[in-house]
Amino acid sequence: MPYKELKMYQTGTYAVGNRLLETDERTVQSRTDRSNSLTSGHRACQGCGEALGARYVLDAAMRASRGELIAANATGCLEVFSTPFPESSWQLPWIHSLFGNAPAVATGVAAALKAKGRDDIRVIGQGGDGGTVDIGLACLSGMFERNDDVLYVCYDNEAYMNTGVQRSGATPPAARTTTTKPVGAEPGNVFGQGKNAPLIAMAHEIPYVATATVAELHDLEDKVERAMEIRGARYLHVFVPCPLGWGAAAADTIKIARLAKESGVFPVFEAVEGRVVGVSKIRSQVPVEDYLRPQRRFAHLFGEQPDTEVIERLQAHADRNIARFGLLDDGPTEGKGLMEMLAESEHGPQ
Amino acid sequence: MEKPFAITLDVASSLANRTGNWRTERAEYIERLPPCSHACPASEDIQGWLYEAESGGDGYERAWRRIMETNPFPAVMGRVCYHPCETSCNRESLDEAVGINSVERFLGDEAIERGWTVEPEAEPTGRRVLVIGAGPSGLSAAYHLRRLGHEVTVHEAGSAAGGMMRYGIPTYRLPREVLGAEIDRILAMGVELELDRRSTNALQSMQEGSFDAVFLAVGAHIAKRAYVPAGEAARVLDAVSVLHDVEDAEPPQLGRRVVVYGGGDTAMDVARTAKRLGATDAVVVYRRTRDRMPAHEIEIEEAEEEGVKMRWLSTVKRADEGRLMLERMELDAEGFPQPTGELEELEADSLVLALGQEADLALLEGVPEIEIEDGVVSVGPDMMTGRAGVFAGGDMVPAERTVTVAIGHGRRAAQNIDRWLRGAPYEPAREAKLADFESLNTWYYADAPRTERPRLEVARRRATFEEVVGGLDQSNALYEARRCLSCGNCFGCDNCFGLCPDNAVIKLEGVENGYEIDYDYCKGCGICVAECPCGAIEMVPEEI
Repeated sequence: MPYKELKMYQTGTYAVGNRLLETDERTVQSRTDRSNSLTSGHRACQGCGEALGARYVLDAAMRASRGELIAANATGCLEVFSTPFPESSWQLPWIHSLFGNAPAVATGVAAALKAKGRDDIRVIGQGGDGGTVDIGLACLSGMFERNDDVLYVCYDNEAYMNTGVQRSGATPPAARTTTTKPVGAEPGNVFGQGKNAPLIAMAHEIPYVATATVAELHDLEDKVERAMEIRGARYLHVFVPCPLGWGAAAADTIKIARLAKESGVFPVFEAVEGRVVGVSKIRSQVPVEDYLRPQRRFAHLFGEQPDTEVIERLQAHADRNIARFGLLDDGPTEGKGLMEMLAESEHGPQ
Repeated sequence: MEKPFAITLDVASSLANRTGNWRTERAEYIERLPPCSHACPASEDIQGWLYEAESGGDGYERAWRRIMETNPFPAVMGRVCYHPCETSCNRESLDEAVGINSVERFLGDEAIERGWTVEPEAEPTGRRVLVIGAGPSGLSAAYHLRRLGHEVTVHEAGSAAGGMMRYGIPTYRLPREVLGAEIDRILAMGVELELDRRSTNALQSMQEGSFDAVFLAVGAHIAKRAYVPAGEAARVLDAVSVLHDVEDAEPPQLGRRVVVYGGGDTAMDVARTAKRLGATDAVVVYRRTRDRMPAHEIEIEEAEEEGVKMRWLSTVKRADEGRLMLERMELDAEGFPQPTGELEELEADSLVLALGQEADLALLEGVPEIEIEDGVVSVGPDMMTGRAGVFAGGDMVPAERTVTVAIGHGRRAAQNIDRWLRGAPYEPAREAKLADFESLNTWYYADAPRTERPRLEVARRRATFEEVVGGLDQSNALYEARRCLSCGNCFGCDNCFGLCPDNAVIKLEGVENGYEIDYDYCKGCGICVAECPCGAIEMVPEEI
């Protein structure tokens, strides 16, 4: 659900809440009775986007399921910073098994609940991009294919942050990680084919697929709420900047997420049964350079001799997203199927 | 408790882990001075009263009362103020400035319509203060002194209160019933007003009534004259008397073709008045160029809309019956106008001189401590003259001559008279950090274009003294108030509360109480500071 215009209201739904808004126009996060599913004292870095994203999603899901919720967690930052045994930041039933099997564990929990006749209890599977788009992809695809009653959430910070910022399948081209150093003829990560997990999910034609960022809270919460109204396999991909891994200021987490969306680098949309039904439009378009510059993982593109060729290729990526999803006002908002979008792709030698 | 193998700690919540000790900088809530309030000559807490007005309903009265803490003339101010607040408004850099002036007028008109009043708050002090002059400055001082519990008497030389608000500002800009209502509200608080009492000696007036202090606010009502050689039958008048006569007596006979000499607001007012009195031609003659005119842009614009003609770079060399001799001027390298010797004739039935005003300071003759420089009285930052207990403000002291400045003087004088009567020392106001545009995160504000006030159509403006600028109604006043960015002051948007990755912001009960940082868990990431729309949080280095 994109931004809502509220009559005569100064911040519309851009801000978290507001004293003048009706309670139902405010976010779950603005409520003092929010569940704080991930509570204080966790060991996430200063300004962690993932900690924020996880609390947003789970608090909204807790509210939608009236507190009857179980989370299965993949290995990764989210697990390590929240649960150094015997301490836990989770304020909901939470289970961790392995790096790659969170979707399967979530499926098992859902199956057990079904067997016990407890369809009032809902299940969430969650992990980072490594656990989702790389290691856990087979389990995830299985969960989709069987249409298991699980909402799977990927918190995408575009590398293996917990183990020391190694490249993942979700790392963007040109980004510096500890395994894609900014050296050589093509510094940083390679321009590969990309691995677009939301589109992979759409290809399974599951009931609901959506993307969101930590910079658009109303939109994110609306999507969680919508996902929770649906039974079957659902997928939510949340863009969560990582100050440490991306070399960005801790205070800039929200700003960078906002720039990712406003530049077209990260398209925010939702799809039902393989068809896009809505996109969050760009409010005031910025060049990708504005998004890249505050992040040291792209620092090698700038400096005295900016690498204009690479910057242009990254801009072309963003432009393709804008065209594909109709992110600007004049673009079509909905109705595109996956195959139509792929037909518009300019994949091939870039 | 029996612990599992290799486990030494109890199973527990991470709340035991006080991550606040990671912090090198802490987030702190602050209140910055918004640029509007900073620019307001009457020191209104503009952001503060807009905040109240944003609620609508009962908020309007709260907003009006906030204005009344500094300015007893919201309805007048909402019409005649040249609103430096809007000129400095941060929203100007986003789309257009908030229509502060129009909201103020709406609130002022609401107050008159609903009969809201103000009572003196303080206990009676038994001290007596004399105010000489019932203009904006004198009445503002009287109002504030009364609120502070003093007995106040106002001596006014004229036959009606209001000063330049009545005798300088034409009714099409300020309807007299509005002015009257706001003056009556001040008088209803127990301020004594004595009309037709010209003071010839300030100290004597003070002693006669055994007053403890006096505030002088006689204004500047004497027209400056310039030597213009004139033939016997030439009709030459001055702007002050023209405007005065329109108000109090028979409108003066100006003829069909009226020339006004001068480039200030008064020149515009006279030219526009002449149009309304039936002149077919009203021409303003000014020595320099339009951009150097001292008149405010809005006055020039409205005058031109009404058909007032301008003759830039011209002086009046001579006036004769039915015609004037003008000389063309040229600006020299320093921008001063220099004569060129080129003459031309202009038909004119009358010439009105609008070359500025001087203060009549006769009442201060023989008071040696009082310093008069360039025809105005020197005062300190506390508005006190060289003589203890004698304060002065408004047009008779060195400052910009506007109603708003005068009202500000009145308040500042009242505060300092009160302080002086209590024997307390003068303390300059502490300046808060300015909430500049860079301190805002404007992403969060919805796009909202400004509401323009309706204006009377030009045809009617040329013929009648009806008010030119209309007011806002309930709904667009609310909209306009809500365009306020609340620069530097929390408006309860919950961003800090919602965006903290460590749940280290506590939302307090009651919106007026705001939020609190939980330093046990605040890691000092600074997201709340970066994402606060209005710059009401700052990062402060921790002492390490």
